[in-house]
Amino acid sequence: MRTRWLVAMSMFFAVSTPAAPDQAQVERGHTVYDKWCFPCHGTGPGKPGTDSLRQRGQNPAVLEERTDLNASMIRFYVRHGVLFMPTFRKTEISDADLDAIAAYLTRNNKK
Amino acid sequence: MRVPPGVTPKDFSDAIEQWQEALGHEWVFTSDEDVDLYRDSYSPFWHEDIEPVPSSAVAPADVEQVVAAVKIANTYKIPLWTISTGKNLGYGGSAPLLGGSVVLDLKRMDRILEVNDKNHYALVEPGVSYFDLYRYIQDQGLKVWIDVPDPGWGSLIGNALDRGGGYTPLRDHFDAHCGMEVVLADGEIVRTGMGALPGSHTWQQYRYGFGPYVDGMFSQGNFGVVTKMGFWLLPEPEGFKSGTVAVRRHDDLVPLVETLNYLMNSNLVQGTTTIGSPLLASGAVRSATGGGAALVATPGGPSVEELEEIGRDQNLPYWNCQMNFYGPPKVVEAEWECAKEKYSKISGATFVEGPTYQLPYDPKDVDKLPKRQFGIPSLTIFGLMGRSEGHMWFSPIIPMTGEAVFEAQRVFGQAYHDMGVPAINQIFVFPSSFFPRSFVILCGFPIYHDVEKNRRSREVFRGLVKAAAEHGWGEYRTHTAFMDTVSDVYSFNNHALRHFHETIKDAVDPNGILSPGRCGVWPKGLRKAHA
Repeated sequence: MRTRWLVAMSMFFAVSTPAAPDQAQVERGHTVYDKWCFPCHGTGPGKPGTDSLRQRGQNPAVLEERTDLNASMIRFYVRHGVLFMPTFRKTEISDADLDAIAAYLTRNNKK
Repeated sequence: MRVPPGVTPKDFSDAIEQWQEALGHEWVFTSDEDVDLYRDSYSPFWHEDIEPVPSSAVAPADVEQVVAAVKIANTYKIPLWTISTGKNLGYGGSAPLLGGSVVLDLKRMDRILEVNDKNHYALVEPGVSYFDLYRYIQDQGLKVWIDVPDPGWGSLIGNALDRGGGYTPLRDHFDAHCGMEVVLADGEIVRTGMGALPGSHTWQQYRYGFGPYVDGMFSQGNFGVVTKMGFWLLPEPEGFKSGTVAVRRHDDLVPLVETLNYLMNSNLVQGTTTIGSPLLASGAVRSATGGGAALVATPGGPSVEELEEIGRDQNLPYWNCQMNFYGPPKVVEAEWECAKEKYSKISGATFVEGPTYQLPYDPKDVDKLPKRQFGIPSLTIFGLMGRSEGHMWFSPIIPMTGEAVFEAQRVFGQAYHDMGVPAINQIFVFPSSFFPRSFVILCGFPIYHDVEKNRRSREVFRGLVKAAAEHGWGEYRTHTAFMDTVSDVYSFNNHALRHFHETIKDAVDPNGILSPGRCGVWPKGLRKAHA
């Protein structure tokens, strides 16, 4: 578990140069996000992912509102899970859909 | 590449090639990176060599591909472990019971084939989740409600086959099904009930068809792969109301449950009800007992008299029960009045009237509604998980009587005590009526990435199964890790029921390829090793 966190944190702080997001990719990512991520990480009551991040001091806690996520980190958590968040298989979220989620969640990052 | 047990690398390699040809290379997963996604995210075996890890996974897109995949497995005698959405976390997730099995992942089969809001049913494939069906009904403006278990990302078919429960009048999910399509181990496609009649228009309307009714064999079973299933849906109600009755004394639970039985079995109260205890859940009692699981009567803990005294001082009822009513507003108001009249025979009973909802609801208000009671899927339940890294459920069925609840308190409290485990280490939930005419007690065991903690949890889990069985109580469902343990206690007449299951298994799946070991049913070749 500790190893998973260390790898994740190294990804978090990794310097990356994001390519300009493709609008169609961002829109696709929004759709996939709404289906797979929003029920846990969205706004409103009863969103345990958002609540868990908030309890650990993350501000903003809603993933869509963040500007500090990077694609590697997003891929890592979707494929490895963390705490009570399980892994997601490729029959659920394909690699292409995962790239689209990453494009959506990094759309507002400072370039 | 991992290889399934009892299969040569050459045969496995040939089978992989044939699956790739039949399903497409993209949908046959063999790399560790891909196959690890099928491990149980809430495994009680984390970091132990005994964790059952699959060898590979195959994901057919339709029933023809399921037939092809099963026939290839049957040719090479390769064990398959079937999953629908793989989200029954707490009961094994997407991982097989037998390490090295190939996961048959049906998530890609996600078509909603029909939703009928005149006869109120749906026909779906295994990859359809509660979220999927709910969104479809909302988008189409159909006048039906689904019933949801707590996490909404699971499969209707998977949950029903595991005999899961929900909260509305159609909460017993297997009982709410009507008609199946099943692929047998030799690749033959069978339709049950009226589905066996070519051209039938009543597959989702009349369950039984003609001749022996076999659907139950495919629930918690390993006799076939279910590829379609019908479900009865609730006509969108015109109204909903809830109300709570509370009683003051410990022994008042007996008439409370007896009255609840009358009301529920007369269909005057509908959906799941849960017995709660404002007193035992209060801060005053938690500080007296040292923590959370106050329902368990731990030896040396406070006596009933002491607890009742706290209740009197703090003005806290010992027990309460929230009831739900579905129907036209005039009807639900009358049912609530009837419930109050019946409960008023218990001296000191008090009532809290909940709101009456006029339906249909505005989708904009969805976050203000009691979602579970309205069949609205969510993941809210995971908010109870805290910092644990998973959980598994101990869930025995006990009689729906107050006396049985008292006995369960005493037995499980003693069992914790005998095992030297403080009951407060467990998440303890009060008895619920997820299924008609019985209570289920749900006790969540947290899972951690800590070998010793998980080993201890498994030991305690087995101890509770044994303690329950000694008093005539058995689990309704269990994690793959305990399927043999639970099967062992269903032992009437020298395990006659298991022998019958095994006889069927040997006849319909002689090579033992379908989900070996599921719910204690092992194929002939593996039976001795797991006896």
